[in-house]
Amino acid sequence: MMEKRIRVLVAKPGLDGHDRGAKVVARALRDAGFEVIYTGLRQTPEQIAEAALQEDVNVIAMSILSGAHMHLFPRVVELVREKGMKDVLVVGGGVIPESDIPALKKAGIAEVFTPGTKTSDIVEFIKAHVK
Amino acid sequence: MDIVKELLGGSRLALSRTITAIENEHENASSIMRELYHHTGHAFVLGITGPPGAGKSTMTDKLARAYRNMGKTVGIIAVDPTSPFSGGAILGDRIRMNGLTLDEGVFIRSMGTRGSLGGLSHKTADAVKALDAFGKDIIFVETVGVGQSEVDIVKAADTTIVVLIPGMGDDIQAIKAGILEIGDVFAINKADHDGADKLQAELNMMLDLDGLKFDWRPPIQKVVANQGEGIDDLVKLIEKHYAYISKTGKLAQRRHDRTKTELLELLNSSIGTYVTKHIVDTGRINKCLQDIEAHRNDPYTIVHQLMDELLK
Ligand code: B12
Ligand SMILES: Nc1nc2c(ncn2[C@@H]2O[C@H](COP(=O)(O)OP(=O)(O)OP(=O)(O)O)[C@@H](O)[C@H]2O)c(=O)[nH]1
Ligand SMILES: [Mg+2]
Repeated sequence: MMEKRIRVLVAKPGLDGHDRGAKVVARALRDAGFEVIYTGLRQTPEQIAEAALQEDVNVIAMSILSGAHMHLFPRVVELVREKGMKDVLVVGGGVIPESDIPALKKAGIAEVFTPGTKTSDIVEFIKAHVK
Repeated sequence: MDIVKELLGGSRLALSRTITAIENEHENASSIMRELYHHTGHAFVLGITGPPGAGKSTMTDKLARAYRNMGKTVGIIAVDPTSPFSGGAILGDRIRMNGLTLDEGVFIRSMGTRGSLGGLSHKTADAVKALDAFGKDIIFVETVGVGQSEVDIVKAADTTIVVLIPGMGDDIQAIKAGILEIGDVFAINKADHDGADKLQAELNMMLDLDGLKFDWRPPIQKVVANQGEGIDDLVKLIEKHYAYISKTGKLAQRRHDRTKTELLELLNSSIGTYVTKHIVDTGRINKCLQDIEAHRNDPYTIVHQLMDELLK
């Protein structure tokens, strides 16, 4: 009897205190049947990567509304790969200018979700891309 | 490379993947456990239970730090309920333990109850074994104390702390039944709130009436977990209980009982799987059902015959 369940780490990197979006996303993922590990505010990339390893998550979902995404998102990808988690899907969301998105994708962020995104789209994306 | 070798060699990723295999009942889980088993039995297992929001995670965080300061390595399994509607869960215990994440001597894993009846207890017990084999000196198991399955999980512990808080009103009466028996040490958390003394008095009275515990009368410690007050005294009581169960042979007895329960559970579930494979999957059960419904045979006779045949 195999009982697989998608596990997602929802994290807020950096000093940004906007957590509504992260909470909305966390609840939507729970309601879609995922196991969501919510670590709260003010996480360093090192903490996020290590928590992802200990929880053996399939997905890391990060939210930033403060503008620090260009540094923090790619750093998490880097650390996670260093730890040997090759398959983990990394997605991000928040207030992120369109012009930054191509560079983030190049750095290994699979998709970026900006304000106004329907949570069902987030769920669909994860289901389609999780390994 | 072999995941068991990697785990025993200190790979946290291998430990993490092992716990996933256990949780998902992956087909290689039992062969992993078979190899790990011989490396278990060294860790001290501490159960922490109590009503939702009592401060169990905050207390676990502070206790873990205290044990780290004593030079011990720490494993933590934090269990939160799975939603019966969606099958999903928000596992939020880590929020209170973020300060431990980067300490290499600590490994924290969150688990959802996943709606399994009793199944969680063996998964939790196996996850504890994985941490034990990994070399953790002390392993905390945090569960929500509102039902039978939690009581089962706590059976996996050597010492159990029950966390209560003031202001539960008459709830203490309701809680009494399940929780008084399992507590080896009681912590009254949020002692910065009104009513801690009253709760302590009530609890004292109940514990004195409850003559079941013979020579160990569970002590009560007031704690303000988020400020770290009372934690050192709580550690002393935990150590005292550990010394007591070690000296009196109760620890060995608890572990003996646990091994017995686990062996029987494992055997029962294997027999269940075997029966499914030979009777259900082969379609043989349909013939039995037809016989019963046509009154050619009855369920009691059929079970008797099948048992004779299967267990020969
Ligand atoms: C509400 C709000 C606040 C609240 C936050 C309450 C809280 N606890 O979250 C308060 C009043 C506290 C606040 C404070 C500040 N704010 Co403000 N705030 C907003 C506001 C108006 C809405 C944000 C919000 O909650 N939206 C609702 C949620 C549900 O949407 P969301 O977060 O965008 O999430 C959606 C998507 O983005 C996506 N998503 C988001 N995260 C993730 C993560 C993943 C993994 C995925 C898949 C998807 C995803 O999915 C969600 C659903 O669609 C925005 C403006 C705006 N329109 O975005 C400014 C805004 C974010 N704030 C801003 C600023 C500057 C501040 C302050 C610095 C102001 C100040 N000078 O004091 C402070 C800083 C606070 C702090 N400690 O960090 C700026 C940020 C500018 C920037 N990025 O360059 C904004 C953009 C306003 C602006 N136009 O200037 N703020
Ligand atoms: N005033 C006060 N608040 C506390 C104390 N200990 C913990 N808290 C707060 O109580 C809330 C719940 O704490 P947790 O540690 O998450 O409680 P929990 O029992 O693990 O909660 P669940 O796992 O959700 O059942 C948090 O906001 C803590 O900061 C305390 O001693 N006094
Ligand atoms: Mg908790």
